[in-house]
Amino acid sequence: MKFSLSWLREHLETDAPLERITACLNGIGLEVEGVEDRGASLAAFRIARVVEARQHPNADRLRALTVEVGDGRLLSVVCGAPNARTGMMGVLALPGDFIPGTGITLKIGEIRGVKSEGMMLSAREMGLGDDHSGIVDLPAEAPLGESYVRWAGMDDPVVEISVTPNRGDALSVRGVARDLAAAGLGRLKPFAPEPVPAAFASPLQWGIADPRACQWVLGRALRGLRNGPSPKWLQDRLVAIGLRPINALVDVTNFFTYDLGRPLHVFDVRKVSGSVLTMRMAREGESLAALNGKTYTLTPEDGVIADAAGVEALGGIIGGEPSGCDEATTEAFIECALFDPVRIALSGRRHDIRTDARSRFERGIDPALMPVAIEAAAAMMIALCGGEASEVVGAGAEPDWRRSATLRFGRLASYGGAEVPPEEAVGILEGLGFAVQARDAARVTVAVPSWRNDVAAPGALAQAPGLPAERARAAAEGCAAIEPECDLVEEVLRIRGLDQVPPVSLPVASPVPPATLTPKQARSALARRVLAARGMQDCVSFGFLERRVAALFGDTPEALHLVNPIAADLDQMRPTPLASLLLAAGRNAARGYPDLALAELGGAWRDQSPEGQLLVAAGLRCGHTPRHWAEPARAMDAMDAKGDALAVLAALGVPMAAVSVTADAPGFYHPGRSGVVRQGPKTVLATFGEIHPRVLAALDLAGPAVGFEVFLDAIPEPKRRKRGAPDLPAFQPLRRDFAFLLDAAVPADSVLRAARGADRSLITEVVLFDRYAGERLPEGKVSLAIQVTLQPREATLTDAEIEAVAERVVAAVVKATGAVLRS
Amino acid sequence: MTDLAPSDDLAALRQEIAAQLAASADLRAWDAVRVGVLGKSGRLTALLKGLGAVAPEARRERGAALNRLKAELEAAIESRRLALEAATLEARLAAERLDVTLPPRPHPPAGAEQGGIHPISRTMEELVAIFGAMGLRVAEGPDIEGDWYNFGALNIPEHHPARQDHDTFYLPADPDGRRPVLRTHTSPVQIRTMIAEPPPIRVIVPGRTYRADHDATHSPMFHQVEGLVIDRGITLGHLKGCLIDFLRAFFCISDLPVRFRASYFPFTEPSMEVDIGWNRRTGELGKGGDWLEILGSGMVHPRVLANCGIDPREWQGFAFGMGIERITMLKHGMPDLRPFYESDLRWLRHYAADPLSPPSLAEGV
Repeated sequence: MKFSLSWLREHLETDAPLERITACLNGIGLEVEGVEDRGASLAAFRIARVVEARQHPNADRLRALTVEVGDGRLLSVVCGAPNARTGMMGVLALPGDFIPGTGITLKIGEIRGVKSEGMMLSAREMGLGDDHSGIVDLPAEAPLGESYVRWAGMDDPVVEISVTPNRGDALSVRGVARDLAAAGLGRLKPFAPEPVPAAFASPLQWGIADPRACQWVLGRALRGLRNGPSPKWLQDRLVAIGLRPINALVDVTNFFTYDLGRPLHVFDVRKVSGSVLTMRMAREGESLAALNGKTYTLTPEDGVIADAAGVEALGGIIGGEPSGCDEATTEAFIECALFDPVRIALSGRRHDIRTDARSRFERGIDPALMPVAIEAAAAMMIALCGGEASEVVGAGAEPDWRRSATLRFGRLASYGGAEVPPEEAVGILEGLGFAVQARDAARVTVAVPSWRNDVAAPGALAQAPGLPAERARAAAEGCAAIEPECDLVEEVLRIRGLDQVPPVSLPVASPVPPATLTPKQARSALARRVLAARGMQDCVSFGFLERRVAALFGDTPEALHLVNPIAADLDQMRPTPLASLLLAAGRNAARGYPDLALAELGGAWRDQSPEGQLLVAAGLRCGHTPRHWAEPARAMDAMDAKGDALAVLAALGVPMAAVSVTADAPGFYHPGRSGVVRQGPKTVLATFGEIHPRVLAALDLAGPAVGFEVFLDAIPEPKRRKRGAPDLPAFQPLRRDFAFLLDAAVPADSVLRAARGADRSLITEVVLFDRYAGERLPEGKVSLAIQVTLQPREATLTDAEIEAVAERVVAAVVKATGAVLRS
Repeated sequence: MTDLAPSDDLAALRQEIAAQLAASADLRAWDAVRVGVLGKSGRLTALLKGLGAVAPEARRERGAALNRLKAELEAAIESRRLALEAATLEARLAAERLDVTLPPRPHPPAGAEQGGIHPISRTMEELVAIFGAMGLRVAEGPDIEGDWYNFGALNIPEHHPARQDHDTFYLPADPDGRRPVLRTHTSPVQIRTMIAEPPPIRVIVPGRTYRADHDATHSPMFHQVEGLVIDRGITLGHLKGCLIDFLRAFFCISDLPVRFRASYFPFTEPSMEVDIGWNRRTGELGKGGDWLEILGSGMVHPRVLANCGIDPREWQGFAFGMGIERITMLKHGMPDLRPFYESDLRWLRHYAADPLSPPSLAEGV
């Protein structure tokens, strides 16, 4: 919403400077988007007369001028413009003035032997357009010596504010003025247009065939008009806020759209077929050639204004070209109607038409203003175009907009946090147009003005479906009782300035706050730290990616396919963050960084339900370890990914003895080099492995690449138990090594488990310290060497006892795995 | 009897080649089949060459049949090649078996540099530390959210103009016809919290949010933190105090200027936008005469409370929401939004936080 300062002053009597006005607007919720002061850079330039224009003595293309600016001096000015002539009125810049179009500050000069004490300006030199064919040629009556911008009406700053959806009333200069006056910036001037006498019976009548199309409409005819361009003051008003003047009748409707927030339309009576304009819903296939030059095919959900020939306007949004007023119009019919905001919003969106009328109707406009506005519009049209007005005709009825609201003064402090004297609160409400109906020491009841459809507004709640009936009822009652009062508190605080509310630190419920994170949330933060501490860079990537990529990592259910993606490669909710990390690895490789370790804690989606939206810690290592004298570079392998996954699980309190690894990892891993970490048979805690060569090829990645996923939602909450007494035996442990030859297909884990199980009380640790497969062994065989730690508790072990335990270890391993003890 | 119908011999050829292809166990055998059919002296090639000898009246039909067969055989041969290649790869992968039950290495692989915490993660932890000290705990909710949670419950009915500002991503309707959205703000977690637990409530909700907007200053996914405090006697003054306390702690500027302006959100009343003082030219916070909008806030609208079954006569409170990227960029002087999500190693290393120093109020965030 734009308005110029002079337009605001038509409604607001104020001496506040622009800065105070914009600061106030910002404070009261009419945020200033910008201030355009077109005249500021031209303020120095004055209207001057060329007393004499002669040929320059030493230059064919230059003229030597004698110029006066009304202060008695005669100045010598050299000028190259072909249109400079004796007696001409133009615009003069003096030495020291900054010329915006050239970026130069003017100095006294001498051009080919003739002194130049000033400069006659072209439109381009003033930054007012591209015209540089000559200097500005003003009419003869332009006042000598006067400031050019003042005379041209450009000394009028234009303010643009953004108006929030609840404030339809502030889409008008008068509405803005009212708020400013209430905030103490001046006095709202009275507005009561004289009624225009009815001189004849209207040739057109209104009909409402469908109340959905329109609730209430007024109209009146004008005849004997001489339409034409509107006067300069009106054109200046409209041009200043970016509107194009069309003709006087149309300009008046646009003027009141902004001045009062009251959109109007004018029909050319002679172009209307029949004598009735009907508000109805459009019929399937009807179309409208609109004033914006486009043709719209309407639907039965669009409310229209129709005559005997068909649709003449899309009600409340845009008028039709065939019945519009042009300079030949001599008889016009003013439409002033009330439309349903929701229907206007839907129609406007359906046809993608943005007009000043739509933006006002969809917020809701002042119903009580209609009879007043039609008088004001008729009066201005007659003043500009002559002629006379008919009686006012109408259809439908004024809706019942009257509501009241009560404010308990104490609520300003107990809700708004501000001690406001009742006198001040009532003053603010009255300034905004609320009329006091009753008042005592504790409360005031006010009538809500017709233009404030946001205060004490009716409207159904949208309560949660599963609420217990009693709870829902009490809450609804409470809301009905308190909402209008909250509206009034907001009005008082807003106009008074929210900076006037003293800040109070939040009282603490207990001096030491309770835990901020749930155990699960704390686990997530820890997982991120563990991975970063293992050299991985924590990443954040989009939850959606290209469907083709998602399909490499699992199902791509239709339910997770965005209806309106912003780009074709961001259309599917990802099945795992690993997919995003692999894409990132490709980008980094293309930049020359093929070796990297990335991790992300983020969403993985299975379905639309809350349970189907998983939190996954994923990690990816690509390429090789760095070259280093102490440790040769090597390729990443699946064991690195397993190490990462187990490190996370261990840090998160998963007992390592309770997890097992199976080889049935998802298909995006290498089938022989991947695994699933489980706790019990059902719970999948993690997956890890080398990324499948087919996935790497599809993503154009060189590899090697290894990755893992840890399913943070699946990790059981660690039990908070007191630790028992520590195990501190008095005897030294002793360690024995064993080497077994076995089938390479036998998992190493089964050897370790069997050895551990051989004597649960004596054996405290079993470690795999060597693994060999190669030419010294038979084909398909592997050698595993383990170290077993024995911890005596009662007495030092005898050789026989040690031997007995060793035999049990061998027997257990042989039985479980078919291994042979190597000697 | 050699008087075959024009394509009887072709059907036989088709069957024979299909059998040969199925029997080809490796790429060498496959290639022999291919050459035998389509090669220079292949059987189909020969038939095509022989077309000239066919009686003119039968030639057209015969030619069409041959071309159909050729296309068919080419497709069958190609699909066999893919199958054989896939099988070769599978065989290679099966041979590349690793015993995944082996214990992993005792240390992570050496890395060129230490890893780090993403600035968004870091900011979220700082938020947790500061608001945690005020007694707020962290609440969470799903990214794919019901329309009612994202809009309706928050006093944004179907046709409300505010909906148009949200640029919502939609997902296909579920079997009941409900169309879920990617949450456009973290506010639906307010609703989930208020329905699930009785007041008093003090939560913050850091999380991912989505809007269909992508340019230099908008990302289709971004992060917000929501705050919600519901109790008896909580006022707008507490909201202001809470935000001023937070902003000064977060930006580590004890006298950071904070300005409150009236605004409108459907889910709060009164609503305020909050600005902090800065120098627009240098980007320095806390100094200079300019203001920068940083977050939206307000007293929770009585309709929102009532929608969640809370009686607004008894309970009242405030809510606020701010963009995590925005405050992170301001705090660290980061000029551009887009690299946050690009996982560029160089950017990550430059801005990452030390994983071994989580934010704490003891040290100052």
